[in-house]
Amino acid sequence: MPAKPDAGTPGKKKPKLAVWKFASCDGCQLSLLDCEDDLLAVAGAVEIANFPEASRAVVKGPYDVSLVEGSITTTHDAERIHQVRRASKFLITIGACATSGGIQALRNFQNVDDYVSIVYASPQYISTLKTSTPIDEHIHVDFELRGCPVNKHQLIEVLNAFLNNRKPNIPKHSLCVECKRKGLPCVMVAQGIACLGPITQAGCGVLCPSYNRGCYACFGPMETPNVPSLMDWLEQLGVDKADIVRALQTYNVNAKAFRKGSLA
Amino acid sequence: MVARNKKNNGTRTIKVDYLARVEGEGALHVKLKDNQLKDVKLKIFEPPRFFEAFLRGRDFREAPDITARICGICPIAYQLGASQAMEEACGVKVTGPLRDLRRLIYCGEWIESHVLHVFMLHAPDFLGYEDAIQLAKDYPDVVQRGLKMKRIGNDIMTLLGGREIHPINIKVGGFYKVPTKKKLQTLVSDLQWGLEAAIETVKLVSTFTFPDLEPDYEFVALRHPNEYAIAEGRLVSNKGINAPIKQYDDYLFEEHVAHSTALHTHVRERGACFLGPLARYALNYDKLSKTAREVSKNAGLGKSCSNPFKSIIVRCVETVYAFEEALRLIAGYQMPDMPAVDVTPQAGTGYGATEAPRGICYHRYTIDAAGLIQDAKIVSPTAVNQKQIENDLREFIPANLHLPDDKLQWQCEQAIRNYDPCISCSTHFLKLTIERQ
Repeated sequence: MPAKPDAGTPGKKKPKLAVWKFASCDGCQLSLLDCEDDLLAVAGAVEIANFPEASRAVVKGPYDVSLVEGSITTTHDAERIHQVRRASKFLITIGACATSGGIQALRNFQNVDDYVSIVYASPQYISTLKTSTPIDEHIHVDFELRGCPVNKHQLIEVLNAFLNNRKPNIPKHSLCVECKRKGLPCVMVAQGIACLGPITQAGCGVLCPSYNRGCYACFGPMETPNVPSLMDWLEQLGVDKADIVRALQTYNVNAKAFRKGSLA
Repeated sequence: MVARNKKNNGTRTIKVDYLARVEGEGALHVKLKDNQLKDVKLKIFEPPRFFEAFLRGRDFREAPDITARICGICPIAYQLGASQAMEEACGVKVTGPLRDLRRLIYCGEWIESHVLHVFMLHAPDFLGYEDAIQLAKDYPDVVQRGLKMKRIGNDIMTLLGGREIHPINIKVGGFYKVPTKKKLQTLVSDLQWGLEAAIETVKLVSTFTFPDLEPDYEFVALRHPNEYAIAEGRLVSNKGINAPIKQYDDYLFEEHVAHSTALHTHVRERGACFLGPLARYALNYDKLSKTAREVSKNAGLGKSCSNPFKSIIVRCVETVYAFEEALRLIAGYQMPDMPAVDVTPQAGTGYGATEAPRGICYHRYTIDAAGLIQDAKIVSPTAVNQKQIENDLREFIPANLHLPDDKLQWQCEQAIRNYDPCISCSTHFLKLTIERQ
């Protein structure tokens, strides 16, 4: 963790917060604006110095804390992320795009030129990298917050931890742990619904199983996932191999464990 | 990030390198020579993400969740447009309480998105603030009211969808789980407060000062015989379009313009068109509730409004409608026996279109007999509006050249924000190439 940012000390300057966007849907930074009950409190604890989605005012860097949303898909962005790093004392990536490359990383397994010509009439105007990569493949990242989108309570927790110079309380265990604590019957055991909970990091609040649905892994792999074992279980449930592969190839397709499992 | 310069050769350039208070990455470049407008470019540098390409080969049931990721601000527009298109391809119709629940969650998205735009993105322009946080220092009650209204919209999304951004409970055929009536009724008292707050908000924004601009727009919106169209309807315009959604491609077509970043949409043989609140209001005024019509009358609006700066009032009128409609839907709700209709894939093409908060969001998919997607086309409202935004600026700037650069620049930004542009809906945006003379 960095030097204490002097949060809340009277007379001291408030830490400067910046929010940066790369290839993404804007949903993770919107999570900050969706913290309706806490937004003005956050705005009171930090100086919102650079947050284009919310303000046209820009305060010059360096910034005490940067939130980075989105993945790297263009040469321009591959350079820009280094500028963001240089201007940031503490850098937190938020969401599946920034932490794994996002769903746009599906291009990593195809010929991107084919993709361009499917979508655009004049491919010569498109400039894009062959891959979509997470931020930590380009620069040092101080903390990664998972989710597609991130959980706004976890986002507040991470900012709160930073302001108070402590470690964020963000568990890395599987969704199953969270599901059991909530007392939900296992959707896979009780209803035979395919669920990626055993290999997925907790943090969403067990949304899908609460709605009679299997987890689709939008928080990415947990810390020690056994992907081949779960794939075997899903096959025993009668799920087609092609469906299992597609289930791993979504919002965190480029996360190592999912990539390896789905290509095996 | 703003750059301005005034050169001695009579060239005046106004640049906004990174448009603020819009969703996504865009820029504006205006060039004036000898006090004549030479060029207006709304640049989009949002990197392409190729949704239409990687949807090919995916299962038809995956489309709602995958396409939601096009936009974190209006995921319901994508989830429902995709679901409806797939249902049509498979010959299934979702009706009754399931249809009502879809309309209800869409009311949540309208409230959440409209209130976000009105209070946090657009109102600061009218009141001369850089953002809502600064606005909150002088008008704490107003901003607190906005945040609470927005939270109530999100509460509908969360209750029905599991979460407000990329809800997890919507599927082809309906929902994974439907709420009890009792659960829905927990929203009622907040919605009643929200309705009153929205009426107050219409009064507030109607007192703003609006720059003059009234172009002769072709408004395009969905129209439904029985209701203010949100989640379905025919494609209509004030200049003669009246067609089922499956004929969308016959009327609106995309053109690849070399100097622009986006595929520009034109109405065939005419020109740009206007999607969003002003279009819906003008074409479906008769379907608004009595309350919404009264509130808009008191705010000085007629049955149609062509000043894009006044879109903030219409957005608030629609917010009034959405709160009232949500209450109506909850009052009439009876929990269905099944949370979804069974959908068996069959080879074919299906079309879906809904009214996203910022205008029509169109989907077309072709699937094979196994339900795998063969072809996908998705058109976001901001892609369609982009040409109209540039046209507005071409009309607005020459009439306001007397303004100093910083003021003119701010008003140009405001003119773009009139459209609540959502640039992250990146499907149809390209990287800019600069045209050199």
